[in-house]
Amino acid sequence: MTEPGRQAVVCVERLSKYFGSGNARVDALIDINMEVFPGQVVGLMGPSGSGKTTLLNCMACILEPSGGRLTLDGEAVYDDHWLKADLRRLRLDKIGFIFQYPNLLPFLDATDNVAVVLHLAGLGAAAAHKRAVELLDYLEVGHRKRALPKQLSGGEAQRVAIARALANQPRIILADEPTAPLDSARARIVMDLLRRIAIDQSAAIIVVTHDEMILDRFDHIYRLRDGRLETDEVTRAPVGADY
Amino acid sequence: MNLAYRDIKHNFLRFVLTNFGLSLLLGIVIMMTGVYGGLIDDALRQARAANADLWVVEAGTNGPFAESSRIPGDTRELVSRVYGVQRAGSVTYQSVQTELNGAPHRLFLIGFEPGRPGGPRQISAGRNILRSHYEMIVDRSAGLALGQEVLLGTRDHKFSVVGLMRNEVTSSGDPVAYITLRDAQALQFELAPPASRREQARGGSLETNDQINAVIAKVSPHVPVAEAAAALSRWKHLTALTQTQQETLLSKFVIEKARKQQLLIMVLLVIVSAVIIALIIYTMTMDKVRSIATLKFVGAPDRTIIGLIVQQSLSLGITGYVAGLALVFTFRPFFPRRLVFDPESVVAVFAITIVVCLAASTLGIRLALRVDPAEALSAAG
Repeated sequence: MTEPGRQAVVCVERLSKYFGSGNARVDALIDINMEVFPGQVVGLMGPSGSGKTTLLNCMACILEPSGGRLTLDGEAVYDDHWLKADLRRLRLDKIGFIFQYPNLLPFLDATDNVAVVLHLAGLGAAAAHKRAVELLDYLEVGHRKRALPKQLSGGEAQRVAIARALANQPRIILADEPTAPLDSARARIVMDLLRRIAIDQSAAIIVVTHDEMILDRFDHIYRLRDGRLETDEVTRAPVGADY
Repeated sequence: MNLAYRDIKHNFLRFVLTNFGLSLLLGIVIMMTGVYGGLIDDALRQARAANADLWVVEAGTNGPFAESSRIPGDTRELVSRVYGVQRAGSVTYQSVQTELNGAPHRLFLIGFEPGRPGGPRQISAGRNILRSHYEMIVDRSAGLALGQEVLLGTRDHKFSVVGLMRNEVTSSGDPVAYITLRDAQALQFELAPPASRREQARGGSLETNDQINAVIAKVSPHVPVAEAAAALSRWKHLTALTQTQQETLLSKFVIEKARKQQLLIMVLLVIVSAVIIALIIYTMTMDKVRSIATLKFVGAPDRTIIGLIVQQSLSLGITGYVAGLALVFTFRPFFPRRLVFDPESVVAVFAITIVVCLAASTLGIRLALRVDPAEALSAAG
């Protein structure tokens, strides 16, 4: 699905991952190829154990693949071995991650949960706070900026988590079942939000999901089964055509 | 953004309760240093109170505290005539037990010659001994008041309290009391009336033995103490000990076992504290595994994680230490024996607390650094 004249933000080539060795070897990913372009929201679907989260972890540079090549934002980061020494910095600068559950730090309020990522990136306290508040307003949870995670509803907490993922303006946003704890109406709202972010920030968004109700929110869907890419479907018109 | 502070603020009640427990533990460590300091200080006080340059005792003994020493009562006159000796005074030491209001009271009696070396260092209330008999200056810890009368000796002589001192106790915690040398000698050697009659019947002597335990000598500032000691050592029946030697005898030998025992208890307490602090930090880290995984996932460097744990560990240690110190000083007056804190030992315990906290936090740091960022992906949090 290479698009001439556009560079993929995420490019996965022949990526494989296995665990164990010999008879105990389990192939979690086998020769995965995929590309995600700026502004795209891509779905990664498949039954449990199909390798979705493993693929997401490899793309998040949390898990080292066993072979293949991975390019993030035009920079080759893996080619049969890690090419970057500081993967932590790479994650901080280029990747935003939205977890299945918000995973907000319980001892920080909504603003600081967003600002903490900015601090880690080296932004000063005032600037980090200002940007965090802007992001919360953008995600329409600005009125809850002083609330602790336990005081937020599920939808509000997930929005704060999305704000945290966006804090450093990453080109790549990886989401692991972000709508799982939400009802279908809120799930659609979150997916629409992700689409808006993809377009506004020209980011590539990859969403692992089981939720068939949100399929129409994806530009592209990859289906995995037993570690192999089964189908590769285009579900929407090219980015920007109808949104 | 200080994550450690935010976490403490968020779990403030838990922090306060943990801290309270830790402060009790550290309070006991601090208290033990006070007991240890008190033991040494009390032991040395007896020797230091005399303000001596030289202690003249029975030949071949380490008297009068480490060993028994008996020398003739006129030794003081001999010592006074030795070259370099400016002033000298005879002293006796003895422990007595008397009853006050039906309760037994132990006293450590020092017999001295008023106006000569060997008397009380400082009187906090009342006056010095002016009469030659039956007056007493006693430490406040005896619980006696000025003017109160105390029965001493086999013949129940009434001694009147004319002066009070502070912090003059023996290494075993008994309050010190000063009386005149003549009274002390009488108490030491006089017999109870029945025993006296029996002694008289068998033709024994009824004269008081004019014996003393030591002579305290002050040496002229123009004469080296060692020179005066050497001159005194020429007397075959006497031994001259310098003040330093006397203090060494007291601190190294007289209270050696008690000192070592308390030191060992202190070391054990520090080890117990270290284990408990380590467990507290470990448990606190365990509670934060998910947050740590999330932080690592979003790109937090190891130093941020280490900083979080070390800062919390130090916060616990420092506040626990301060609270422990406050507790000890609050309850200090209620201890039956003196707690003596010198600045060095207070600082040393603080330094040990910091080192223990840093060492204890390594267990938590080890756990935190081994947390897989991917744990942030698993299960609800």
